[in-house]
Amino acid sequence: MATLGPSHYSPYPVAVYENILPPPPGKALLFTEVVDEEVAMREAAKAMLTRENPTIFPGPQVIYAWNEEAKEKAKLIRELAEVLEAKIIPMVDYRPKYPKIDPEKEINPNHPNLTIWHNNIKACIFVGVHCHYANVALKIIRAETDCFTIALCSNAGHEDAMITLRDQHADELRKFIDIAKEVKKEVK
Amino acid sequence: MSINIFKINEELREFIPQEVIDLEEKATWGNPKRGVMDLPYAKELLEEHSLCAGCPESMAFRYILASLPNPEDTIIVNSTGCTSLVFPHIALHTVHSLFGNQNAVASGIKRTLEWRFPDKVKDVIVLAGDGATVDIGLDCTLQSFFRQEKITTICFDNEVYANTGGQESGTTVQGHVFKMAPKGKQWPKVPMWQLAIDSGCHYVVRMSVSSPKKVEQVVKKAIYVAREVGPTYLHFYTPCILEIGLNSDDALMEMRDKDKERFKFFEYVSPQAEEVIAKKKEEGLL
Repeated sequence: MATLGPSHYSPYPVAVYENILPPPPGKALLFTEVVDEEVAMREAAKAMLTRENPTIFPGPQVIYAWNEEAKEKAKLIRELAEVLEAKIIPMVDYRPKYPKIDPEKEINPNHPNLTIWHNNIKACIFVGVHCHYANVALKIIRAETDCFTIALCSNAGHEDAMITLRDQHADELRKFIDIAKEVKKEVK
Repeated sequence: MSINIFKINEELREFIPQEVIDLEEKATWGNPKRGVMDLPYAKELLEEHSLCAGCPESMAFRYILASLPNPEDTIIVNSTGCTSLVFPHIALHTVHSLFGNQNAVASGIKRTLEWRFPDKVKDVIVLAGDGATVDIGLDCTLQSFFRQEKITTICFDNEVYANTGGQESGTTVQGHVFKMAPKGKQWPKVPMWQLAIDSGCHYVVRMSVSSPKKVEQVVKKAIYVAREVGPTYLHFYTPCILEIGLNSDDALMEMRDKDKERFKFFEYVSPQAEEVIAKKKEEGLL
């Protein structure tokens, strides 16, 4: 039976019930605040560069070479990981994998907290994860861990992430990498 | 669907678990000669299932998925029942339709695909239980046969509504008692394979899934005939071991027993279907 939780049937807190909505086009979301994309990118880079065990979680949309943009994005994600000195742990598919998941090597949207707990990840980036599974995973991470979540979304964004960047394609990723390089000089 | 959807980006390959790389490297995509003999090595379509241990439906699933000649361009339409629990685990396009509507939905998908991709072969297969095919969805099933839709319909007949607790279905044998049918069924089993023939199916088979090679043969024949001629129908006995009180390791013997009785192998082939099958044999695909 579903348990009545803080957000009706959801046992986890849900951002929309706290009046947090995805950012409008051209803008980004920093916690509860709508800000300019550059501001959010700067804060995202800072979080990744200053917190313990930063990790990028690429999803199926960028893991698999299903179109030219996916190939391009994969290269950029690799570059981004180098700049941010982040690990890459893939979300290869969405099948529930009880109890077989190897949290050191992969993350699953149905129990993403296992990977985050195991690797003591304090900041992460979701990229290329389909919206519905990103929504599920980000809610679980928000409720169960103290990990700082950043969503690089190619659609409308995810209000359950601490930083949401929407409409993120290859050009925006390049821009993020440039900003991350600048921030790295400042914080390191 | 592009087959590239399963190719891993080179830049990220080193981070991908070996089992996923194996799925790509050992996959049987693009090989129409794939079959049940690949089952020990290729698992890209179905690895784990969520059915009961020893369930014959899970065997049938594996054999059918291993036998699809064109999995990368196959869409399976399913309906409510035990089978629908497996579809989230399958790496194919599947559509869960409203209970009983599966053949109507499949008809629409097939027609749209023919219009949208006139130069490509796209197979549409209906996989549903006996309740969806013979009771609740009989209208949609037969109407699709009448309309000569080019789809393959596969019925998993466990002779009972199993996952709702054991109500009698149209395919329950007369006299059989189930938990929710305590008086025993009062009417005979619906001979769906015969209805399929009378309704215009070009290739019809009734059998159990006790023999993997045989399942492969009939599935391939049914799909090839459906592609070129018209509707085909496969009626597989997949007993519910829980509802008939058997252990997990008893299923195969139960099917072998029924191979000699009411599920004795029966095959109907129309003259047009015979031509297609002969052609495919010549091509070495059967």
